[in-house]
Amino acid sequence: MTTTLPNWFTARQEAAQKRYEATPAPKRGDETWRFSNLKQLDFAGFVRGADVSSANTADIVARSTGIEKTAAKFVFANDTLIHSETNIPAGVIALPLSEALVSHPELVEKHFMRQETRLGSAKFAAWHEAMVSNGLFVHTGDNVEIEDPIEVHHWISGQNTVIFPHTLVVTGTSSKVRVIDIFRSSDDITPGLAIAFNDLCAGKNSQLDYVAVQALNEVTRIIQIHETATARDASAKGFILNTGASWARNECLSRLEGPGSRSDMLSVSIPAREQEYDQRTFQHHVSEGAYSDLLFKNSLYDNSKTIFSGLIFVDEGAHHTDAYQTCRNLMMSDTCEANSMPGLEINADQVKCSHGSTSSQIHDDEIFYLRARGIDPVRARQLIARGFSVEVVERLAHEATEELVLRFVDDKFAHIAGGGA
Amino acid sequence: MSLHIQNLHATLEDGTEILKGVTLEIPKGEVHAIMGPNGSGKSTLSKVIAGHEGYVVTGGAVTIDEEDIAEMSIDERSRAGIFLAFQYPSEVPGVSNANFIRAALQARLPKGEEIDAVAYYKSLYAKMDILEMDRKFTGRAVNEGFSGGEKKRNEILQMMMLEPKYCILDETDSGLDIDALKIVAKGVNAMRSPDRGMLLITHYQRLLDYIKPDHVHVMAEGRIVRSGGPELALELEKDGYEFLKEAALA
Repeated sequence: MTTTLPNWFTARQEAAQKRYEATPAPKRGDETWRFSNLKQLDFAGFVRGADVSSANTADIVARSTGIEKTAAKFVFANDTLIHSETNIPAGVIALPLSEALVSHPELVEKHFMRQETRLGSAKFAAWHEAMVSNGLFVHTGDNVEIEDPIEVHHWISGQNTVIFPHTLVVTGTSSKVRVIDIFRSSDDITPGLAIAFNDLCAGKNSQLDYVAVQALNEVTRIIQIHETATARDASAKGFILNTGASWARNECLSRLEGPGSRSDMLSVSIPAREQEYDQRTFQHHVSEGAYSDLLFKNSLYDNSKTIFSGLIFVDEGAHHTDAYQTCRNLMMSDTCEANSMPGLEINADQVKCSHGSTSSQIHDDEIFYLRARGIDPVRARQLIARGFSVEVVERLAHEATEELVLRFVDDKFAHIAGGGA
Repeated sequence: MSLHIQNLHATLEDGTEILKGVTLEIPKGEVHAIMGPNGSGKSTLSKVIAGHEGYVVTGGAVTIDEEDIAEMSIDERSRAGIFLAFQYPSEVPGVSNANFIRAALQARLPKGEEIDAVAYYKSLYAKMDILEMDRKFTGRAVNEGFSGGEKKRNEILQMMMLEPKYCILDETDSGLDIDALKIVAKGVNAMRSPDRGMLLITHYQRLLDYIKPDHVHVMAEGRIVRSGGPELALELEKDGYEFLKEAALA
């Protein structure tokens, strides 16, 4: 078996490198970086990580716990596959990207990074494209349903290490798959960087669910670009949990390409201390008769900061569009900061759209009610904030996945209650 | 052994005095009812006993079983055995009823001790059966989308699960139709015990047809102005609170 990367891929990496070098860095005044802390974009000194030693590998694999029953599980450390177990049914390809590039080059080429990155990180998408070496490639045939999720762990290990994890999921007609990416750091104190990209291509009448759990250590930064395209009658659900990282930028673009298709864009973020989460979304209704629903919820503690900028864009001819966008912020301190910029642009007729954002604090009466049942004030506030997040998590509608996500949510709340850094 | 309110004075944060010297003793084993016109301070009394931070106690004392609760926080009072069934229970989105009650029970256990989940659900279901509550209420978010009657039943469910020493029911009958009232009364009556004192706050005698009080008190303008047996409630139902005006004029 050859292990040579296909020519198209090396050519694209070379072109991407040139594009990366030629594209100017975001600057003050760029609309897509409004309210952003541009100092976070200084990535000097980060280098691709070395292979992890075998002792550390065993430790990382042992810590890569997720849900009990998976269709496949992959563990990457610094973009190197260190563990895998698969129970994938016939008709499905689920491989590390490095293998898929060699064994299924045409299939990968057909779908690999086909959409333009338009929410601000074109430069970093180019960097990702130039540097990407691994990740997950999933391709399902028609009428294949994978019952249990495919779970992928991405670990960053070592000082100033940058990883470029890539997830590409392509579903065939009337198929069904669920993929979970979990991003973590091997320790709590070593700075790292992730420039992550995931591409979801939901084929006709298929159901594609994707969950990203971002629980990196609090001296690591991440840019995650999420691109989704839905064909006729397809349903794609993307969920992002942010509990970790010092700074996280999410750019989520959903292109509704087929009539009857649906995109659910969901996010829960729980920043504390000085954490900053910067989220930009785009619901692009290309086709008529499609449905998109975005619900992002942030619980902000201490001096944390969030930015939400969302746009619903309905193309000419995309009649009978239903599009909804909601961002809710729960302000858990007097010094946190939530910035919301919801937006709407409609160029078609008979469209149902709504967008809105709210920021609120927990009402004293709610706290009184819980305390009158004997629950102490810290726990009472935590229960209410957890409940605020649970409303989004429940939209996953898959018990094991919900439990996994809530485990990370509860870890974060325990961390906040403990005052730990 | 009693819930003892002694010459209790309380104001709003702006200084407006609401309770102007309330004295009342509810011994264990007894059910007392407070009736009175709107604005007489009945609900305020219940909140002040529960420790609501929107009021300032400016005089007097509340003790349970001879222990002064002045220094206890809201949640400490609850854990010490005081239960307030709310007139308007809050909604807690995203927190299931079962998890909420479990958290309240967990708060009563020593650190490190966990509730036995099997025994917990057995107990919860038994009490829900008494209150004729559908099992689906365990998974639903606390009070969210509940009807008025469902919320009140849910208050009684919490009371039954927490087994407090002293229960204060603030207008538990308001907004209930007769069937719901009977069910709620059934739950409250099941809680009557020589080890428990109860204080019912109500506008209407109707509730007292189903939960028979040992003593009835009338509250007006921040004080208890009359006390008597169950017959006092019937008298009030017949004659209203006119006597208060007459007393004021005299």
